[in-house]
Amino acid sequence: MAFIDYYQTLGVAKTATDDDIKKAYRKLARKYHPDLNPNDAEANKKFQQLNEANEVLSDPEKRKKYDQYGENWRHGEEYEREQQQARQQQSSRQQYGGGGFGGGYENFGAHDFGGEDFSDFFQNMFGQRGGAGGGRQARYRGQDLNAELQLNLRDVMESHKQTFTVNGKNIRVTIPAGVENGQTIKIAGHGGPGTNGGPAGDLFIKFAVADDPKFKRRGHDLLVTVPLNLYTAVLGGEITVDTLSGQVKLKVKPETQNGAKVKLKGKGLPVYKKEGEHGDLYLTYDIQIPTNLTDKQKQLFEELAKS
Amino acid sequence: MEQHLITLNDFCVYHQAEHTFITSLQDAGLVEVTIVDKTTYIPESQITRLERMLRMHDELEINVPGIEAIFHLLDRVEQLQNDRQSLINRLRNYETD
Repeated sequence: MAFIDYYQTLGVAKTATDDDIKKAYRKLARKYHPDLNPNDAEANKKFQQLNEANEVLSDPEKRKKYDQYGENWRHGEEYEREQQQARQQQSSRQQYGGGGFGGGYENFGAHDFGGEDFSDFFQNMFGQRGGAGGGRQARYRGQDLNAELQLNLRDVMESHKQTFTVNGKNIRVTIPAGVENGQTIKIAGHGGPGTNGGPAGDLFIKFAVADDPKFKRRGHDLLVTVPLNLYTAVLGGEITVDTLSGQVKLKVKPETQNGAKVKLKGKGLPVYKKEGEHGDLYLTYDIQIPTNLTDKQKQLFEELAKS
Repeated sequence: MEQHLITLNDFCVYHQAEHTFITSLQDAGLVEVTIVDKTTYIPESQITRLERMLRMHDELEINVPGIEAIFHLLDRVEQLQNDRQSLINRLRNYETD
């Protein structure tokens, strides 16, 4: 568990006044506030660090303790333990803590954006959401949660339900057919619980759709390369090709050129949120030149070349 | 489709927000409200957006023109993020295995 330099986090000197701390916090909070940085995990993390630093440095009691023990906070912890024991013995007579917040300035957003998730360092030194200073009892919306769901291309062929666990809770969600890689859906009210009766946050699920070894995706269309032997390409014929919805028999025109494209209408991926609509499958022929020809075959090709 | 409405008063009491702030957001075209029988309601679909604006105002001391500018830019950021994701997805088709 590493020591955290809260002064450095806020970019202020150890001699900073309450006002300097307030200004520094406010300035950085404006930069990293999650409402201004949606879907930015780094900014969220930074914002939590700022809240933690502000929670300590804006509270005279906590700041004093932090300044007193600084990097030797472990000793401070021991000291506090002794103090706590002493307090317990006198608890019936003394009212400890209570209020101490100076200046009426509160750190904001700590509740609604994962402020509960303070560092181990903080919790060791000050306990869970540390002692003094409760501030207002406003209701805060719970933290938004983000999750990523790994899918393959075949998983998005049709809508299906999937159960997964977020924060120890099982959630059953419908994976809509045709979702794109990187697409995010919001499940309202399934995020972190609110504080003081505030509403729960939302759960954002990001879909990571893995590449298929055979089919390439372009929106809701699919692309596939189909090997075609030279003789079928020249003379025409019938081949069987794989699609994501099964095999399809296909006629090949005589004199088909290498790289020729064929569209199979409606054999692509389902169109997101448009039931019954599908993209197309584009085949590109890759004509295979025969190898290891026999003498007889070579002779026949030579005759062809001369004709 | 059924639409849930929350009275402006309930919203303001719940969030300890001022009516005038919501009105100024409405005047700026940032939120839509519905008036039924002289009572102002906020459609449920607007709540998340409105709460976000409220946090910007209360916690970051951003005024209504600032919120308007931020939302405009955030919309653009979202559009750019979507475009970027779409390009990444297309680029994957050209990557060699």
